[in-house]
Amino acid sequence: MHKKVTFGGFAFPLALLLPQLAITFVFFLWPAGQALYQSVLRQDAFGLRTTFVGLDNFVRLFHDPAYLSSFKVTLIFSASVTLIGLAVALLLATMADRVIKGAGLYKTLLIIPYAVAPAVAGVLWYFLFNPSIGILAYLVRGLGYNWNHQISGTDAMILVIIASVWKQVSYNFLFFLAGLQAIPRSLIEAAAIDGAGPWKRFTSIIFPLLSPTTFFLLVVNVVYAFFETFGVIHATTSGGPGQATTILVYKVFTDGFIALDLGSSAAQSVVLMIIVILLTAVQFRYIERRVQY
Amino acid sequence: MSLKAKALAATAVLALTATAGGAHAQVEINWWHAMGGELGDRLNEIAAGFNESQSDYTVVPVYRGNYTETMTAAIAAFRARQQPHIVQVFEVGTASMMAAEGAIYPVYRLMEEHGIDWDPDVYLPAVVGYYSDAEGNILSLPFNSSTPVLYYNKDAFAEAGLDPEQPPRTWDELVEASRTMIEAGSADCGFTTGWPSWLHLENFSALHNVPLATHANGFESLATEFRFDSDLHKRHIGNMAAWQQENIFQYGGRRSDSRPKFLSGECAMYMDSSGSYAAVKAGADFEFGVGMLPYYDDVEGAPQNSIIGGATLWVLQGHSDEEYEGVAAFFQYLSQPEVQARWHQETGYLPITLEAYQLSEEQGFYEENPGTDVSIKQLTLNDPTEHSRGLRLGNFVQIRDVINEELEEVWSGNKTAEQALEDAVRRGNELLRQFERDNS
Amino acid sequence: MVENRPWLTLLQHLVLICGVVIVVFPIWIAFVASTHEGRALVAGVIPLLPGDQLVENYRTILFSGMQGAGGASVGTMLLNSLIMALSIATGKIVISLLSAFAVVYFRFPFRMLCFWIIFSTLMLPVEVRILPTFEVVANLGMLNSYAGLSIPLIASATATFLFRQFFLTVPDELTEAARMDGAGPFRFFVDILVPLSRTNIAAIFVIMFIYGWNQYLWPLLVTTEESFYTIVMGIQRMVTVADSYPRWHHAMAAAVMALLPPTLVVLIMQRLFVKGLVETEK
Repeated sequence: MHKKVTFGGFAFPLALLLPQLAITFVFFLWPAGQALYQSVLRQDAFGLRTTFVGLDNFVRLFHDPAYLSSFKVTLIFSASVTLIGLAVALLLATMADRVIKGAGLYKTLLIIPYAVAPAVAGVLWYFLFNPSIGILAYLVRGLGYNWNHQISGTDAMILVIIASVWKQVSYNFLFFLAGLQAIPRSLIEAAAIDGAGPWKRFTSIIFPLLSPTTFFLLVVNVVYAFFETFGVIHATTSGGPGQATTILVYKVFTDGFIALDLGSSAAQSVVLMIIVILLTAVQFRYIERRVQY
Repeated sequence: MSLKAKALAATAVLALTATAGGAHAQVEINWWHAMGGELGDRLNEIAAGFNESQSDYTVVPVYRGNYTETMTAAIAAFRARQQPHIVQVFEVGTASMMAAEGAIYPVYRLMEEHGIDWDPDVYLPAVVGYYSDAEGNILSLPFNSSTPVLYYNKDAFAEAGLDPEQPPRTWDELVEASRTMIEAGSADCGFTTGWPSWLHLENFSALHNVPLATHANGFESLATEFRFDSDLHKRHIGNMAAWQQENIFQYGGRRSDSRPKFLSGECAMYMDSSGSYAAVKAGADFEFGVGMLPYYDDVEGAPQNSIIGGATLWVLQGHSDEEYEGVAAFFQYLSQPEVQARWHQETGYLPITLEAYQLSEEQGFYEENPGTDVSIKQLTLNDPTEHSRGLRLGNFVQIRDVINEELEEVWSGNKTAEQALEDAVRRGNELLRQFERDNS
Repeated sequence: MVENRPWLTLLQHLVLICGVVIVVFPIWIAFVASTHEGRALVAGVIPLLPGDQLVENYRTILFSGMQGAGGASVGTMLLNSLIMALSIATGKIVISLLSAFAVVYFRFPFRMLCFWIIFSTLMLPVEVRILPTFEVVANLGMLNSYAGLSIPLIASATATFLFRQFFLTVPDELTEAARMDGAGPFRFFVDILVPLSRTNIAAIFVIMFIYGWNQYLWPLLVTTEESFYTIVMGIQRMVTVADSYPRWHHAMAAAVMALLPPTLVVLIMQRLFVKGLVETEK
């Protein structure tokens, strides 16, 4: 985790860090602090009447069955999106890395979904899975399963997982591919000459050398699954039916941005932030140990 | 309008805003709205019309996202002292806007203090009633209001041997018709609906003259409590759940996502806002008709009248007198019969003045477009009672979500209608109490 | 594969083709939708093959201005999106390179604290803190400006994190060698580290460009003049219509056009990938 060879000096590195620290302070820490401070207040939407209520918002949260159920939903959703997204992307990247003919075309096509805005992606999946006009819903029904994500919570969850993974696979693929292409071919060839088959080569050389990238992607994907997926959910199921696809961050957004209950939304943000910090800390402490730099 | 005309209109708006900026120091009035698509074009035309008719003020319409985003943007702007003059807020946000006494400038006061001769009586009571205070003073100006109606597939009716000019009037008739059509094969399902909460709880209560909530649906006090777990409501939602089994009813989402079911011919009937008329007309390749919402004829007082939805224009404080004069002048312009009639005819929204309604009649609009006056007739069936003037409920955005969630539990078979309605009432009341606490 | 087994190659191609079909299908549908007339898209199942309205629809979008998008034309919106995305991408790369360099290659008090402060920006997404951020930006007078659109979005730490990961893999021998040649830290940075990071810089550029291009909520709040609207806002406006019906064919055409610049960026950057690969092949 630490470089053995470093440079000295104090003012110089601080100067390097200054731009990012300044922007972080003005545009993140300060507003985030205000947003989090609202978790101990209750206000009307316009901010005309403010009361300090201590931990009341938090207490109310944990007595709300809807909030507690969204924990479970988030767990299932994030785990699925992260694992499936990473696995599929790794598979495609390994295939694309070694294919000579048409490699450029595959790579281009596989990366395109990333360019699609979440809102637009939501619309596309609406087209595909809409129970009345969707081509995929039609096909699935042809196979005998009555697809209706407006009523079935399971169908809705599957839909948002697919839509979120779809958007994320391109991102992961990009990084896995870059990581794979940075592995010197000579190493692989040497192993092959030593008699190692493709699977052995993968597990003993490629995967370990890929571990910094994998670790990076793991952290980013968990953050993505927790935070950035709300755009897709918003555009497809709006957290429904019932509460089936209301993940924690979606609840924060609807309570804060739509219902303008800023106190409760801020309290939820605090809880969410603590969770992600814990998850990231765990990842850094226990998993980074296995990463080979 | 032809393509060329549209292009010309767009150029005209552009030119107008361009020249307006460079000409005299005209007073600019910012109007934040949520009308996308074609409605946005119509809205821009209205603003352009006003700007052309005088040279003191320029109304600048700015699209700020959907209803929710527009309202949040206005609130965020207010908190940062960057608020617009006029903001279009949907009916669900009425209570929040009303409670923000330091932020809003009630329309009746604006017009009295800055308008010329303003007569509040020209407005249709059923429309402005929703947005007036307990003394009947108009707080916000209705702009695009609609009420739900029943669209039905005339071809499917005829094919099954039913009279295509006679839409079902009661729920019994509707169920009968559905069964007939399903048996005859002219439709796969009887009816579907948009906006379930607005239609089957809010309008349902008004139509049957029963309370949705106490204290005149919240008009009289913040201490209001929900009453939609009554036997009648449970009966209706229970019916809808049961009808699902026979395909008499099919659920299609919380907003208007169910429209394709009707347009594809799958469902023979479709209940949604009267504002959907243009969309239905554009998308249906069959003959369709418009009828009033069905009711239970064994309930005394039904059908009473329906209530409106849509959005209104609120004025925000914090601007100069000169600018408010401009706002008043614009509102005056907006209320003229010609402007209202045109807006109503082109969009399907209700006219807000009696004169505009009469003008449209004189112009023969309703004869050429049958079914477009059903909404007005339904709205003015009777004088509104305390249960049918509208709603004044705080945190209603969240409450609608709660209701939709609980209803979805019914449609998916996870809860009975009784259970879901009682849970919805309980959760809704909690939100009402919070609003009461935050705003008193 | 090192070995030349034909059936393995076939398998690879098969997997890739499946992947591509699944991944590209929704976009294909968008393109198809943009080539039909509106009615075909609201009744019955969406068609799978393109229709005949391609020229018609795209011409409407480009020359009649975006229907219902008000004052801003498609050209203006595309330009705004471009400037915003480029600013975010380049800004982020520059400050992240500097920060990651400082955190990895120097030993000074508060070093890790700085890293964690920067890293904390990942813990709270923009959507959650958007209202207070709007207030800060408004108070700084940055509404309706490219600076206001871009700078607040540079605050997040993805790039810094990535560069930190990469710098940690750079062999110490290189640093030693530079030092022995008498090069100071800045020389080392400019002459050795940055060129080595080329593939990562390209990747970050793509990611950040697309992140900036696809932003919706933030530009929505921070621009109150339509001349600053971005293309994604424009598309949303066409799709989210309160009571009327969205003109899907136009909206999809606009969406397809909005896809082109990011895709172009990806294509161009790809070549850098390959170049970087060839040069690092030891």
